[in-house]
Amino acid sequence: MSDSSLDNLPKGWKSVPNDLGSDQTAFKGVQWGKAMMWIFLLSDTFIFSCFLISYMKGRASTVVDWPNTSHVFSLDFMGVPVPLLLIAIMTFVLITSSGTMALAVKYGYEKNRKMCGSLILATAIGGLIFVGMQAFEWSKLIHEGVRPWSNPFGAGQFGSYFFMITGFHGTHVSIGVIFLFIFARKVFRGDFDTGRRGFFTTMKSDYVSIEILGLYWHFVDLVWVFIFAFFYLW
Amino acid sequence: MNENTEVNKNKEKPATTHKIGIYLWIWGLLFVLSFFSYMVDWYQFQGLLRWSLILFFMFLKAGLIMAFFMHLFWERYALVNVLLWPMTAIACFVGLMVAEGKYTVFTRLIYFVLGE
Repeated sequence: MSDSSLDNLPKGWKSVPNDLGSDQTAFKGVQWGKAMMWIFLLSDTFIFSCFLISYMKGRASTVVDWPNTSHVFSLDFMGVPVPLLLIAIMTFVLITSSGTMALAVKYGYEKNRKMCGSLILATAIGGLIFVGMQAFEWSKLIHEGVRPWSNPFGAGQFGSYFFMITGFHGTHVSIGVIFLFIFARKVFRGDFDTGRRGFFTTMKSDYVSIEILGLYWHFVDLVWVFIFAFFYLW
Repeated sequence: MNENTEVNKNKEKPATTHKIGIYLWIWGLLFVLSFFSYMVDWYQFQGLLRWSLILFFMFLKAGLIMAFFMHLFWERYALVNVLLWPMTAIACFVGLMVAEGKYTVFTRLIYFVLGE
């Protein structure tokens, strides 16, 4: 999309057979790393889908009542139980960090090093807060007796799906946070302005890496949208 | 699409940046939609209304994130198609498992409840 040579290629639906059937490059104007991240995210989509579908199937086929999530995940605020309070805050924290990441990508392409680095740092801190709140939620539920095989609220499958799905998502967030910190350091050091070669690669650094990192982070937010809808709200 | 002509003149800078307004709008919309989906639980809507509202807000949020935050709206159709068509396989899998789940609960009710 950034390449001016793309202007001469067919647009719209005609571009699909043209691009895919063309020589050398199927995804025109997409840096290879970005294409690979998209392919990875597609495979990750299938993993998360399998988890959520197995949760759907487990919940649909049990004859025992499913725990009332708005009761299970309620939090006391000044003595009043507020349903799903922590989950709502977690959702807002993750969306906030997704927004800062989107802006970081924009400032990265504008070569605004300070803004880009600070926004990535803000994203990382948002991710840390999210993981912290998830750890709090896990320990709260474990204290209340929720186990992967049983729980005091209803169907025994609830615990296994909860720990599996939120745990896998939390792992993604944690890995994302680590990479956000690494890339914040690289941005502040000016790697992407000088084209400094990376530690694991001889290729020159480029701000497109920030967009690739952003894709991963937005995907983590995207998955949370589905988990929030299906696991917590449904 | 939203290419900044100012940036285009400068060879050093790619033309991929979009105006900050679009990001802030999407960001705000995501907050509002999340708030609405939380309200679905707050007001304890039940049944078909609850499920359709949850799905509506979910797909809207997912679409906004993918289209604008992940830049799919600006990508060429080849990439968009390669990414979105596999979702039909997931939809098929969901359909199969809905049928399977119904059958499992049916047999369980027969053998657990009626069998006693």
